[in-house]
Amino acid sequence: MVNSAAKLHVDNISLGFGGIKALQNVGFTVGHGEIVAVIGPNGAGKTSLINSITGFYRPQTGAIRLDGVDITPLPPYKRAQLGIARTFQNIALYTNMTALDNLMAARHIHMKANAFTSAIFYGLARREEIANRQRVEEIVDFLEMENIRKAIVGNLSYGLRKRVELGRALALEPTLLLLDEPMAGMNVEEKEDMARFILDIHERQKMTIVLIEHDMGLVMDISQRVVAIDFGRKIAEGTPDEIKQDEHVIKAYLGQEI
Amino acid sequence: MSSNIRPSGVFDTSYAQDIALNRTRADKWLSNGLFLLLLLLPLLSSDGPLGLNIVPTLWIGTLNRIAIFVIAVQGLNVLTGYCGQISLGHAAFMAVGAYTGAILGRQLGMTFWLALPIAALVTGLVGLIFGLPSLRVKGFYLAMATLAAQFIIPWLLRYPLEPLTNGSRPLDVPVPTLFGISFAADGAMFYIIIPAAVFLSLAARNMLRSRVGRALISVRDNDIAAEQMGINVFNYKLLAFFVAAMFAGIAGCLAAYNTNSVSLDTFLLDQSIAMLAMLVIGGAGYPLGPMFGVTLVLLLQQIIIPSLIPPLNNVLPGLLPFINSVNIYAALSPLIFGAALAIFLVFNPRGLAHRWEIIKIAWKLRPFSH
Ligand SMILES: Nc1ncnc2c1ncn2[C@@H]1O[C@H](COP(=O)(O)OP(=O)(O)OP(=O)(O)O)[C@@H](O)[C@H]1O
Ligand SMILES: [Mg+2]
Repeated sequence: MVNSAAKLHVDNISLGFGGIKALQNVGFTVGHGEIVAVIGPNGAGKTSLINSITGFYRPQTGAIRLDGVDITPLPPYKRAQLGIARTFQNIALYTNMTALDNLMAARHIHMKANAFTSAIFYGLARREEIANRQRVEEIVDFLEMENIRKAIVGNLSYGLRKRVELGRALALEPTLLLLDEPMAGMNVEEKEDMARFILDIHERQKMTIVLIEHDMGLVMDISQRVVAIDFGRKIAEGTPDEIKQDEHVIKAYLGQEI
Repeated sequence: MSSNIRPSGVFDTSYAQDIALNRTRADKWLSNGLFLLLLLLPLLSSDGPLGLNIVPTLWIGTLNRIAIFVIAVQGLNVLTGYCGQISLGHAAFMAVGAYTGAILGRQLGMTFWLALPIAALVTGLVGLIFGLPSLRVKGFYLAMATLAAQFIIPWLLRYPLEPLTNGSRPLDVPVPTLFGISFAADGAMFYIIIPAAVFLSLAARNMLRSRVGRALISVRDNDIAAEQMGINVFNYKLLAFFVAAMFAGIAGCLAAYNTNSVSLDTFLLDQSIAMLAMLVIGGAGYPLGPMFGVTLVLLLQQIIIPSLIPPLNNVLPGLLPFINSVNIYAALSPLIFGAALAIFLVFNPRGLAHRWEIIKIAWKLRPFSH
């Protein structure tokens, strides 16, 4: 039963590492323009799920469909070219580049210069540098990063690096944005900023977003639907309110406040 | 890093100005002026038509050698500095360029101007083949795989290809000519080698500031993220190997035509390691790194150390009786060279180019240092 209307269809994927079953028959769909949160205790398999969607991990069974098209055989860089962008739980920026260059690097799929035209520079390469710089500056403005644009990202604070990483994902102009714990380890103010940015992206660009988040308060505020996983299995799916009442979810988080 | 610091009072008014190499008119005059000055040097030497003897011809020869190695190390910088792939086979790639150029010129009577680009292309393709292991291995293991190039290529040139290469014996190389002008003297080769070095350094610099350069650095800084941000990591690694080998091939070919002879023992492992040392000392990943590193190392090897040996020779035999004054040069120069490199690296672990950026920032910020 392929839902061709769905932006993303995770079709019963299973992923194992030796003896560890990271994901077992996990399946759900995300509609166009929806924000879906994926929750679950530590080690539940949330990051593995995102890695399977981007193609970094290869599930042994099941399929990933984007706009109804089976992208399971595609390598990660081709999936990015189809409009999937992500952020990483443990920030994975290009440490020695400036914030601006990190964003410009994500324009790769929208640019054309090859080794030869890059080396000549004048003409095509220069023109597209300027045009893409304009797009990137819009993102810099939107994420309020004007004063750090030329800073080497390795020297930035944790919160700012998370923000640059969101900017890099946006610079790719994705149609599906995957955010792996975008607010983890931030202070309250930074979390509020990040939540505001995510909601803005969703509203203004009608972006489809899948986000992993531990903070149930934030999940309630931001997401329209929630998928809960535990020990690699999907244990519940529904609106934030339904999830809060779900007995499997409560059991999975036993002893924790949700 | 210096790119984020502007001279006080200079503001960019467009993105075009922000990405320009020379942001102010003064910068532009300075770099063009320096280039012109450089081009004047041979005219002031005894090789020049004016018969002046202001610049010693020895300098011209040294500048040629520096420029040749700048080209080779620029290539290594693309591969190691930008793309983060270590190669221990760079000298072997130079050998491919040198022998291809020499054989095309000698056996086939091809003009130098055609032999050079063909040598570059052939070397690039050879580099591509030896870059294939980078699909599967990284870092230390890749270094070992490139070491294979450093053993296989000289072996091939020495034995199976001996009828073409003259094996272990040097091979004579013709003199390049253009419209009847012969480029025999150092002062003439200068006008081939220096523009080539400037042109290729600019090409590397341009690549760095555009799409391809950022992709290469992305691969170096975080290949997992790069792949998931739409960059075909393997293609870019191969591209880096191709470009690096091509630069080495051009350098090798120029070296062959510069000295009018090729000999295998100038392209061995010690030379590969010396080029890595030049890159690291100059600053890997900085556009100016190769210039600084090559200049320092060659000046050290060819001018500074040789001039240190005679005075040392007078003191040492009494001090270190085991050093025989007959082979004192062979005994001491590696020692002094090694010590000098170690000291440079201790004080400039990120290379001279990085130190240079710090100095430039301090200079640009004056008089407001805060
Ligand atoms: N590359 C890998 N090799 C081996 N095991 C792995 C690998 N990646 C993930 N796992 C295992 O798969 C399981 C799920 O890990 P995953 O990182 O997806 O969890 P998570 O839900 O993101 O956890 P957290 O909340 O801590 O980020 C864990 O048991 C983990 O050890
Ligand atoms: Mg995780």
